Amino acid sequence: MYIVEHPILTFERKRRVKFLFDGREMWGYEGEPILAALHANGVRVLRRSIKLNRPRGFYCAIGNCSSCFMVVDGEPNVRTCVEKLEEGMVVETQKGKRDLSTAKTRPLQPSGEKIREAEIAVIGGGPAGMSAAISAAQMGAKVTLLDRNPRLRGQLVKQTHMFFGSKEQHAAVRGIDIANILANRLDKDKTDIMLDAVVLGYYREDGILSVKQNGKFIKIKPERVIVATGAQEKVLIFPNNDLPGIYGAGAVQALMNEHGVVPGRNVLMVGAGNVGLIVSYQLMQAGINVKAIIEAACRITGYWVHASKVRRLGIPIYTSCTVKEAHGRESLERVTVWKVDENWQPMTGTEMDLEVDVMCLAVGLSPLNELLWQAGCEMKYIPELGGYTTLRNEDMETTVKGIYVAGDVAGVEEATTAMVEGSLAGLCAAKSLGYVGRFGGLRDEAINQLKILRSGPISQGVRRGLEQIIIG
Amino acid sequence: MLEKTGVPTPEDLAKVYPSKERLDRGAVAILECFQLIPCDSCCGACKRGAIKEFKDINDLPEIDFDICNGCGLCISECPGLAIFVVDQTYSEKEALVKIPYEFLPLPEKGEAVDALSRQGERVSEAKVVDIRKFKGKANVIGIAVSKELSLDVRNIRLRRE
Repeated sequence: MYIVEHPILTFERKRRVKFLFDGREMWGYEGEPILAALHANGVRVLRRSIKLNRPRGFYCAIGNCSSCFMVVDGEPNVRTCVEKLEEGMVVETQKGKRDLSTAKTRPLQPSGEKIREAEIAVIGGGPAGMSAAISAAQMGAKVTLLDRNPRLRGQLVKQTHMFFGSKEQHAAVRGIDIANILANRLDKDKTDIMLDAVVLGYYREDGILSVKQNGKFIKIKPERVIVATGAQEKVLIFPNNDLPGIYGAGAVQALMNEHGVVPGRNVLMVGAGNVGLIVSYQLMQAGINVKAIIEAACRITGYWVHASKVRRLGIPIYTSCTVKEAHGRESLERVTVWKVDENWQPMTGTEMDLEVDVMCLAVGLSPLNELLWQAGCEMKYIPELGGYTTLRNEDMETTVKGIYVAGDVAGVEEATTAMVEGSLAGLCAAKSLGYVGRFGGLRDEAINQLKILRSGPISQGVRRGLEQIIIG
Repeated sequence: MLEKTGVPTPEDLAKVYPSKERLDRGAVAILECFQLIPCDSCCGACKRGAIKEFKDINDLPEIDFDICNGCGLCISECPGLAIFVVDQTYSEKEALVKIPYEFLPLPEKGEAVDALSRQGERVSEAKVVDIRKFKGKANVIGIAVSKELSLDVRNIRLRRE
């Protein structure tokens, strides 16, 4: 089912096209992810696990995990959450291991061109990456902005709520509108935007980024790199947590707010942080019932105003409560939850069953840091920032000279701070190349904004985490 | 407790309510914002300067009820949807309550709807008397409810199927 009417969004859909799923004829919209078309047709099982033949659905819906692998036009291991639907596509459930040597694969072709030179390569076109590209270009630098998606804007495209903060960070403007404001501020003359461009690796020996774009293998040698790759959703461990219907909260947000597909009828939200609370509200806006929000901590960890918003809609929030078990044959049908005591130990006898076809896991994010590891940046495990995070100085430069970070990959926080970090990284990377601009004032302003945004009691954990990774 | 339930307690609310005298004088904004979070958008939204400048963006908002005329512009600009306007002088028996509303369909003027509490429970009937649309912001719906419920009603539910 598709969302027809939405209070905030309008969905622009291309023409309807026919495709085949396991031999059955289905209809979808050209250009939407294959997964969205399948889900709209009621298909939730996308593949079978290799050893136990268990049904599997999608999990992240934005190209990070491998949960949605299917066979498309004979090619196995296709990420159906990002691969676009075309007329006449033959889509099959992926069963067992596929033999890649005989599969109809599309090998990467060398581009045949020389190594591309670049001043500043920004990897990731979300709020941090776009902000970095804007400020670096403002200083006079030439920027190559890479994103693996066919569009910029990162996860802002699904943030229908108004942002917090101050005027400088677009407070009271919806995330989707902030995305457009940033995209319009990109300096078209100074910024080379490369879309559908996956950065495969960074080779520190010769400072080369290898990039896959349109089936071609491209090498770029940038003088500076700003890594703004964002974060991925964490999972939770419980029996049957691999059942289709158990999705990342951000994944469900992508499905409904970006692709306009109804994720299910009744939802259990796990996690009462900001993501859990906001996505619950947005599910209700899309006309989908949220049965309850559960939170293992003894208190709501997101903003209380978000909690009050969902309570007014009649959604209960159960704190000190976690998932015991999920039930369902081919996909999720029911969830058993139970209370936990003050030592986070589950209490037998407190079980409660909820009949839901979707369970959203909003249990935190972890930095998408593979390129930083590969580049040899010094990494440290910081739970308060979501996991392994690179050491870096106040100017966002890592322990590898010339490599900067910004946004969630530099420690998971809000999009507001991601944008300011991006600006700061862009300024400092440009300055290090000799571009002066209004550097002094802008740098101090960005650092001051970050300090103010993180100065409240809600940011205590973030401050504790940052103290361990910001080096002098 | 608010941090466990998401619903402010009577003690929480007592801190943000105007005096009875002020409520009896007419429309006034109530800022149901109880947590130190980095946000000051309400201040910029108020054209009369009733919501004071923030010394620190993490402070709670402060409003001068004598300057506030209950215009309701701040309702649509609050990212937390935490601002409401109450006018106890609306009619002899009814108060006007203005709430942020981000759902479809929008009610019609004059439509009878269910009035909901902060827990989302139906507490009475309400009549929609005003609808103001704000592009890119929250729409603001004005409803008439009995005076004694004006501090309890914070949402509506349409009765249409």
